[in-house]
Amino acid sequence: MPFRKKVQLMDAVTMDRTLIRIAHEIIERNKGVQDLVIIGIRTRGVPLARRIAKKIEEIEKVSIPMGILDITMYRDDLTAVGPQPIVRQTNIPFRINDKKVVLIDDVLFTGRTIRAALDSIIDLGRPKFIQLAVLIDRGHRELPIRADYVGKNVPTSLDEVVEVSVAEEDGKDSVILMEEEE
Amino acid sequence: MPLNRKDLLGIEPLSVEEVNLILDTAKAFKEVSTRDIKKVPTLRGKTIINLFFEPSTRTRTSFEIAGKRLSADILNISSSTSSVVKGETLIDTAKNLEAMYPDIIIIRHSRAGAPHLLANICRASIINAGDGAHEHPTQALLDAFTIRENKGQIKGLKVAIIGDILHSRVARSNIHLLTKLGAEVRIAGPATYIPVEIEKLGVKVFHHIDAALEGCDVVMMLRIQRERQDKSYLPSLREYFNLFGLTPERLKRAKKDVIIMHPGPLNRGVEISSEVADGPYSVILEQVTNGVAVRMAVLYLLMGGKYEEVVS
Repeated sequence: MPFRKKVQLMDAVTMDRTLIRIAHEIIERNKGVQDLVIIGIRTRGVPLARRIAKKIEEIEKVSIPMGILDITMYRDDLTAVGPQPIVRQTNIPFRINDKKVVLIDDVLFTGRTIRAALDSIIDLGRPKFIQLAVLIDRGHRELPIRADYVGKNVPTSLDEVVEVSVAEEDGKDSVILMEEEE
Repeated sequence: MPLNRKDLLGIEPLSVEEVNLILDTAKAFKEVSTRDIKKVPTLRGKTIINLFFEPSTRTRTSFEIAGKRLSADILNISSSTSSVVKGETLIDTAKNLEAMYPDIIIIRHSRAGAPHLLANICRASIINAGDGAHEHPTQALLDAFTIRENKGQIKGLKVAIIGDILHSRVARSNIHLLTKLGAEVRIAGPATYIPVEIEKLGVKVFHHIDAALEGCDVVMMLRIQRERQDKSYLPSLREYFNLFGLTPERLKRAKKDVIIMHPGPLNRGVEISSEVADGPYSVILEQVTNGVAVRMAVLYLLMGGKYEEVVS
């Protein structure tokens, strides 16, 4: 079904401000960056994670380990009718035992992606704890999952779509709420 | 693009896109085997049967490890310990296994076409793990994966396949795959081991190993399959080694960065010398490692699809 733009929620400037705020909140909540690692969930969580890691590095002047997580192998809908999702590589080039892991994703919706990401990370080791940062929380959770850092809370209806674009993947930074055409 | 197939019976029917999908997917699964916890829940609740009517350690174990690392339940049946020895037909064996609702049956059989027969009567996905001298698709896929990892791409490479081409399903699957991906495939062996009209598959035939090795990027050595030969194709194994065995001296004709492959099991001193098999150009054990990743990819891709459509 076709979708049309309902309202623009973020542009490049507001997205950048939001990521700066999240970076500060992560440092504040964790009382610094000791043992902190950032892991982005494919696809759009990865560039967001890179940017947040970079901002934390600029603020604290230390380098922050950054990893990439592909959760396809941990999905709960593989047997649902439809083509297989493409599996891409997970690349976490450091040990996560006893680390403070901050997971980054673009949109928090049903919570099922995060459930898969948590299972996936726990199979890689035993972090001290895992926190979650998302650019947009659009509600409609199907699992008891919440984010520690939220860029923007957006009340949506189930037939709307939140479209996040990032320059690294899509050529521009924007968040648009889309609705079905009549 | 999904792998829209119920079964993997051979390389011949696959498109280049399907081959690349399998190889790309295998890259992601290779990482799983390097973890402390070498297991992901992807195929939880799926049942896989390894049905082997011929001896195998590598392929059977590789499929078994691949299934286990994807959390599938996988069990092994070998003909010597099954009802086959009591006279049960292949079709009856398959129908009985099918009655227990497996999701995938992996079959190796001495007769070409046995997996195709099963594919027609079974609801489960069938994977050909070697049928007679016909095809061994996962071996060719893991070989292509290994070449791609070492050389970046396959297009334009010169690949020599040397030895008993006549009885080799590995050779046939590799010829199909490598020509599809744009490599120049050369085959060499004694005239008795070169199938008639093999050049119709798009390969160059050599009867001398040195000419075939000239300027090669990849050399694949094949074992003499004595178990498939009721008459003598060779004067002696020693003569075979003298004329077609891969030695360090012969290898000098190949490119400086040549890689040496072998599907195993090795017959040292027959088709390959130990210096070459254990030498710096050998990627024989990498092939084994990659076999698990490629088979994980194949199991995953066959299980993610919509197989009801394909059956009807």
